[in-house]
Amino acid sequence: MSETAIESARDEEPGAVTASYLVAGHTLKSWLTTTDHKRIGILYALAITVFFFIGGIAIGLVRLELMNPKGAILSDEGYNRLFSLHGIVMVWFFLVPSIPATLGNFLLPLMIGARDVAFPRLNLISWYIYAVGAAFTCYAIVAGGVDTGWTFYTPYSSLYSNSNVLAAALGVFIVGFSSIATGVNFITTTHMLRAPGMTWSRLPLMVWALYATSIVMVLATPVLAMSLLLIIAERYFGLPLFNPSEGGDPLLFQHLFWFYSHPAVYIMVLPAMGVVSEVFACFARRRVFGYIMMVYAIMAIAIVGFLVWGHHMFVSGESQYANVVFSFLSFAVAVPSAIKVFNWTATLHRGQVTFEAPMLYALGFLGLFTIGGLTGLFLASIPIDVHVTDTYFVVAHFHYIMVGGSVSAFFAGLHFWWPKITGRLYSEAWARFAAIVMFLGFNTTFLPQFIMGYGGMPRRYHVYPQEFQVYHVISSVGALILLSAYLLPLIYLGWSLLYGTRAGDNPWDATGLEWQTSSPPPKENFEEIPVVNAGPYHYHPAEEAPDAARREPQEAQGRKP
Amino acid sequence: MIDEFAAKASEYAGSWDRFFFALVAVSAVVVAAVFVVIVGFSIRYRKGSDAYRPTLPKSLGFEIEIGWTAATAFAFLFIFWWAASMQLREIIPPRDALQIHVLAKQWMWKLQHSNGVREINELHAPTGHPVQLIMTSDDVIHSMFLPSLRLKQDVLPGRYTYIWFTADKPGVYHLMCAEFCGTQHSRMTGRLILMTPEDYSRWLAAQPEADNLAKRGEALFRSLGCSGCHAPNSAVHAPDLHGVYGHPVHLSDGRVVNADEAYIRDSILLPDKDVVAGYQPIMPSFRGTVSEDQIIELIAYVRSLAWEGRQE
Ligand code: HEM
Ligand SMILES: [Cu+2]
Repeated sequence: MSETAIESARDEEPGAVTASYLVAGHTLKSWLTTTDHKRIGILYALAITVFFFIGGIAIGLVRLELMNPKGAILSDEGYNRLFSLHGIVMVWFFLVPSIPATLGNFLLPLMIGARDVAFPRLNLISWYIYAVGAAFTCYAIVAGGVDTGWTFYTPYSSLYSNSNVLAAALGVFIVGFSSIATGVNFITTTHMLRAPGMTWSRLPLMVWALYATSIVMVLATPVLAMSLLLIIAERYFGLPLFNPSEGGDPLLFQHLFWFYSHPAVYIMVLPAMGVVSEVFACFARRRVFGYIMMVYAIMAIAIVGFLVWGHHMFVSGESQYANVVFSFLSFAVAVPSAIKVFNWTATLHRGQVTFEAPMLYALGFLGLFTIGGLTGLFLASIPIDVHVTDTYFVVAHFHYIMVGGSVSAFFAGLHFWWPKITGRLYSEAWARFAAIVMFLGFNTTFLPQFIMGYGGMPRRYHVYPQEFQVYHVISSVGALILLSAYLLPLIYLGWSLLYGTRAGDNPWDATGLEWQTSSPPPKENFEEIPVVNAGPYHYHPAEEAPDAARREPQEAQGRKP
Repeated sequence: MIDEFAAKASEYAGSWDRFFFALVAVSAVVVAAVFVVIVGFSIRYRKGSDAYRPTLPKSLGFEIEIGWTAATAFAFLFIFWWAASMQLREIIPPRDALQIHVLAKQWMWKLQHSNGVREINELHAPTGHPVQLIMTSDDVIHSMFLPSLRLKQDVLPGRYTYIWFTADKPGVYHLMCAEFCGTQHSRMTGRLILMTPEDYSRWLAAQPEADNLAKRGEALFRSLGCSGCHAPNSAVHAPDLHGVYGHPVHLSDGRVVNADEAYIRDSILLPDKDVVAGYQPIMPSFRGTVSEDQIIELIAYVRSLAWEGRQE
């Protein structure tokens, strides 16, 4: 495979590569056998869109049901299967692959000036692995569903659940390999295929974010795979792993699971941070404030994120002293996230800020991520966590991070790079409208959940005490608004594909190598591999001398005012 | 029934609430500040505005970053310290705590008071007196959630977990299962009924007469044949159980463990796991012979065997 790497790095003859990647073959076969990272990104995008709406319909039914405290429409079983379906699909089949596999696949080689990823065929295989995993999960759904929640806690999942745990767990297990393969591919690509002059200190933050994400994927995903295999081993082969009456440990799974799944939150959030950094720089027309600090923060989050899994287990029966250690580490990992918020905010300072749709989505991200992050501090404080864990407070918190944060950023990125990906412009007015409705709908849905969570409303409850109904009703109305806001882009972006005006190569006047090639890019990305001689975000060439990015902190340290 | 939102039934629940709302206030200030700055910058520095846009000296940028990094780190350290110290103060229950056994199963809560009174999905407890719940599960993981006391603790099969509280406001409150446990998870709820000590004793007295737990345990101890070896005058070399509960035990592999509920349970089900120093591992396992309920009774019996017995 290293041959391929060298092959794709080699400059090809200019002129041979001018046709757009979209028209380089029209047949279905040409798409299904492509090794072009851009096409593979699009294949992923189609797949995750389907899952996003499957998960959305499931939760639509759940929210409808929750308007009534007595559980009028669904059976207990039906309810449990729907929220499990929602969680499993949204996390494993939408969020984890969302930004890395779609935008990341499309952009990483373009942003570092490469012709493709290091292992193009592995990239295609990753997509097929994803598809096979998805098929298992779809089977589990069609065959009646699964009722373990997306967390698959033992011994419920391994011994007691009488639903399709095997198919669902296998599905998740298999997509894990797709994550690992993508991670390996991105890491190798970033190391080997950077264009001449693209030093580490000149990498766009998006690339740094994808790189850090890839490290987390490669290191953490095998642990998830192991833990799912252990469930299967106990469930189908009777190995006494989690069953205490046979000497097993019911908590072992939770440790393994969260050892993966806490870092997995960063798999969802780090790429979002990358996207937002690009968008802020472009629409504030400034270099991202504190580039070096942003890079350190990304790496710190990725690394320290491995040490905090125990904060999901404060009430699981762990020692209180272990809890205190995990609490401390959780506060520690929050510091770099806070710094990033400050840096994005400071990026607006002295800018020439405009409010195109991507910027609105990114501003939405910033607001919602701040709230999600601050409520994370509540959960890291043990006495508060003891009360609110496993209640709607947690549901609200993780939706602020994963949906308010990651999904908003995904939309920011989708709109930002849409002209590059498709060569077309979308309706700016509709896009701005959707961004605003999404923000409002989101808050209407999830703010009440903090309140009812503190009031003691447990999560995963089909029937619930009367006193929480009013909050559930508000939340359901919000969900309706939110779902319609998610449908809008489907319409106006679809419209743009067919009727949108031509975008031109660089409609935002953005920096970054991906904007230096045509829109949509040719199959080989660049007619000639570009040579880089400055840091990213050169929006004020006069103010910031080339390479200022790299020298900034050292200079600052050396110079005593 | 119960309709007070976020009712609280104890003094420390109040202090946790104060901590919570202090954090809410701080966060609200931070969120407001961030929003004001974002909106302020967005308007002031919107494209084409005539705001003054000087070049910041590079070193100033660096100092700002060190400044806010340090500030956040200190703020977080302070919140952590506040939260953790509040928690660690509460770990060890007072010695005179009233002990109530809880057995969770799909989908109900079974409770046993030490005098033998049993109840299902209702927990009667006195106010003004520390109460400790000793909990285990028959099947999957459940979680005992008492929102009015701001308490929650998972209940695991094969292990004992504990919570304790001193309530101070009589009333009827929610008792819920907070860890997803299968089909009827959301129906695994009940009532926490807090009574003044007088009402509580009256309630206890009015319950149908039942042998207390220890007494039932004693009968089991005989019928299962435990007494054959463990009686003080038995011919078989087995440890006398008087005064064992709650005290350190030296094991043959050199470890010293505290004889708590989990230890006694393990000794019954997995006798080879912790062998007492000076004894042979000859005790048979009672796995499959005794139920969780019976183990609770046996534990209550062992607990009732005081030191005096040993001195006879
Ligand atoms: C219209 C938007 C959404 C609404 C109204 C919504 C609502 C909900 C609700 C009510 C629950 C809790 C179910 C329960 O605990 O009983 C839930 C759980 C969850 N949601 Fe969403 N959600 C939405 C979008 C999303 C999205 C976009 C994602 C991820 C990309 C997501 C990920 C999750 C996850 C992982 C869970 C946990 C499932 C579990 O408890 O096992 N949600 N959601
Ligand atoms: Cu339960």
